[in-house]
Amino acid sequence: MQARIRSARRTDEVMTVVFYAVGGFFLVLILILAGYIIINGLRSYYPGIFGTTSSGIGNQLFNTVYLVFWSLLISVPIGVLAGIYMAEYAKPNKLTKFLRISIESLSSLPSIVVGLFGYLVFILMTGAKWNLMAGALAVSILSLPSITTTTEDAMKSLPKSYKAGSMALGATHWTTIIKVLLPACFPRIITGVILAAGRGFGEAAALLYTAGQSTVINWNNWNLTSKTCPLNPFRPGETLALHIWVMRTEGSLNPNSEKIANFSAAVLVIIVLLFSLAARMITKHIGRKAVGEKA
Amino acid sequence: MSEQAKTKISVQDLHLYYGQFHALKGITMEIPEHEITALIGPSGCGKSTFLKTLNRMNDLEPNVRIEGSVRLDGADIYQDMDAIELRKRVGMVFQQPNPFPKSIFENVVYGPRINGIRNKAELEEICERSLRQAAIWDELKDRLGKSALGLSGGQQQRLCIARTLAVEPDVILMDEPTSALDPISTGKIEELAMQLKKDYTIVIVTHNMQQATRVSDRTAFFLLGDLVEYGDTQELFSNPKDERTERYITGRFG
Amino acid sequence: MESTILNFGTQADAAGHRPAALKREDSMSNVHASKKTKGYYFRKEYLGRGIATGCGLFIVVLTLAIGVFLLVRGTGTFTRFHHSILEFLFSSDWSPVDTATGSGGGVGAAVFIAGSLLTCGLALLMITPFSIGAAIFMTEIAPKSGEKIFRPAVEIFVGIPSVVYGWIGLTVLVPWIKNVFHPKMGGYSVLAASIVLAVMIFPTITTVAADAIRSTPDAFRKAGYGLGSTRWQVIYRIVLPASRSGIMTGIILGLARAFGEALAVAMVIGKTRAFPKNLLSPTNNLTAEIAADMGNTASGGEANMALWTMALLLFLISMLFIFLIHLISGKGILQVEN
Repeated sequence: MQARIRSARRTDEVMTVVFYAVGGFFLVLILILAGYIIINGLRSYYPGIFGTTSSGIGNQLFNTVYLVFWSLLISVPIGVLAGIYMAEYAKPNKLTKFLRISIESLSSLPSIVVGLFGYLVFILMTGAKWNLMAGALAVSILSLPSITTTTEDAMKSLPKSYKAGSMALGATHWTTIIKVLLPACFPRIITGVILAAGRGFGEAAALLYTAGQSTVINWNNWNLTSKTCPLNPFRPGETLALHIWVMRTEGSLNPNSEKIANFSAAVLVIIVLLFSLAARMITKHIGRKAVGEKA
Repeated sequence: MSEQAKTKISVQDLHLYYGQFHALKGITMEIPEHEITALIGPSGCGKSTFLKTLNRMNDLEPNVRIEGSVRLDGADIYQDMDAIELRKRVGMVFQQPNPFPKSIFENVVYGPRINGIRNKAELEEICERSLRQAAIWDELKDRLGKSALGLSGGQQQRLCIARTLAVEPDVILMDEPTSALDPISTGKIEELAMQLKKDYTIVIVTHNMQQATRVSDRTAFFLLGDLVEYGDTQELFSNPKDERTERYITGRFG
Repeated sequence: MESTILNFGTQADAAGHRPAALKREDSMSNVHASKKTKGYYFRKEYLGRGIATGCGLFIVVLTLAIGVFLLVRGTGTFTRFHHSILEFLFSSDWSPVDTATGSGGGVGAAVFIAGSLLTCGLALLMITPFSIGAAIFMTEIAPKSGEKIFRPAVEIFVGIPSVVYGWIGLTVLVPWIKNVFHPKMGGYSVLAASIVLAVMIFPTITTVAADAIRSTPDAFRKAGYGLGSTRWQVIYRIVLPASRSGIMTGIILGLARAFGEALAVAMVIGKTRAFPKNLLSPTNNLTAEIAADMGNTASGGEANMALWTMALLLFLISMLFIFLIHLISGKGILQVEN
């Protein structure tokens, strides 16, 4: 009996050490990984790397931001409204169940499959060339489920008394949603949108056959219909993440390709980290600060 | 005084079902204007459910079926009126203070705003008038832009009353408005209710019999979905006609 | 009238304090009396509700569209080019004709399917024990620092874009394998792909497993300790069995993510159209093959169509994963992930 207790104790101690080792190992791994990407990337810096020629990533950086902007412009309204529907209007019937399964399916689709769907519908079926808008649409399909679920969860977690209070004052259900419920869950929705944006920045597989793997921008051309105008979303728009993929094969053509890819990786990781930091800070402030000022 | 009072709300043979459950079993009562009517009874007796039928808040819940009639100034609220319009005339104050996560000002003018009043001066006037009526203007006038969630529970509840007053209802329903408050705040709300009855008809649900005797003119005793006894508060408490009422008010009853 | 029974404050008192207020003009009540028109309800309710419902339906339509388009496109291999499903799944003869109309080549995708299965399986085998260990560490062993340090660190893992994982795999891992093991074909290998995938799915399995472990009722643990168990005994005999379905869900989610990953794998797998001889030989998988060749094949041709069939296969596999998760956990993956 004594021996068994002693051996149980020893096993317990050994396992505790094992768990600390596993935890510590991954903590160190992530620090080394993130540190390596950022430091190695920044060390690859050379003057002109932010430029808009083939040795710079200026155009790709702009395309990334511009593409994410369009994708949010599309997915946020649809996602938030669909989330409102799920939280407030959906009755517990077959259609709602099917909608839930649909959201789930969308959220678990491999991004390359979504990219292929985009390729099929926005490129092949429209007869268009690679364009940034097709990429934005593909990315918005990827972020739609998370924005919808975030909105639904945020609305469902509000106190029931908000709705009752507003309805008791003679507001319609929709007015209640727009004037009380939506503002009340605004910080949570913003957090969700920021996280979706962060994923959008890093997306590559969905853009391979939609946004295209090249970009030519003439920064003096502000004719929106022109193929080289920066703001024309219907031009090829290679993004930063895709640029890393392209640089991998361009080793012989572009002497700086490795440095560019290193630097792009660092920029991407820094952007994503900043975004998740922002989301984290907003989450912390929820509850602490109530929204609404005297209008 | 209650004898000559005009009837504000007239309820005829009202039944309410939650799915299969028969929650209100044929309630008939007349609620007089400019008086405070208290609804008492043990929990689950249907008093809050009954209160919610008066401004159709039960419409928001699924599987609720209602039979019988409720008339407000003679008009059937389930036939001749729509719920939105009704709720502007029959306001409600809830058990838990429920200010919106907005500023104090925005809370008070929420009702007028959704009714289309945009003029800032007019909204400010409504805000001041409502807060004064709710006897909380002096406490809040310097912090109208601050979040309503920062107020104490008692202040929040009076703010909610002001928010209801800003819509200019005829009737105010109060669903155990002080059950979440301390005694001092409770006293203030009770005092306020008694002031307001000059201009409004008030129906208050309370689990606290002393509160009913303190504030109300009439009292209705509910038990298991039945209206057991209804009459002058003083009369009902000092000389109950029904044995069940007597057992309840003397505390010999679950 | 006075409240006589308990003799608290009287109404006469209260009446004295009445504000000189302030009831609306009678004319205002006419506003109330006007019944709301249809236009009012259209603007204040039906329009908004209609748009919100429309957005909900849009998601259904979108999902169906993705499924239907992939189905139509992906079955072309079998309907237009008359290959059998068995050939596609089990033959390793991949020689489709890459012209718009030509046919008669082989569309056996067995190499790619095997590549996907092998790399994902190996990744899962490598990382699952560590993920569960890390999940236990952050919930049972060091819950405080787990929440404060470990969870944010895991979120960084999630945040790193997959091409960056691929790039690090390409520039660090592949040369390392080459230098250490000296394989004939360089460092591009099943092993490299599996390691990259393992690191990528580590956060998925860990967070879901940690949530499952955390939601085990405390009463279970107390009962265990009350019977004189050590912490390890409580974890091993009580907590892990109790959170088994949650952990399984995490593993399947990780598997799903690994299966769908394209570019990171494509960068390190070597893209060699042959079954791997061992862990150090290169091969190819479904996603990498699609990513590499979809744009280069003649649209609608046999080769192109076979790639769409592979995309359809990916779609069906991700549906299968959802089904499995429902089967195991009894709830949707959205609830699990949040």
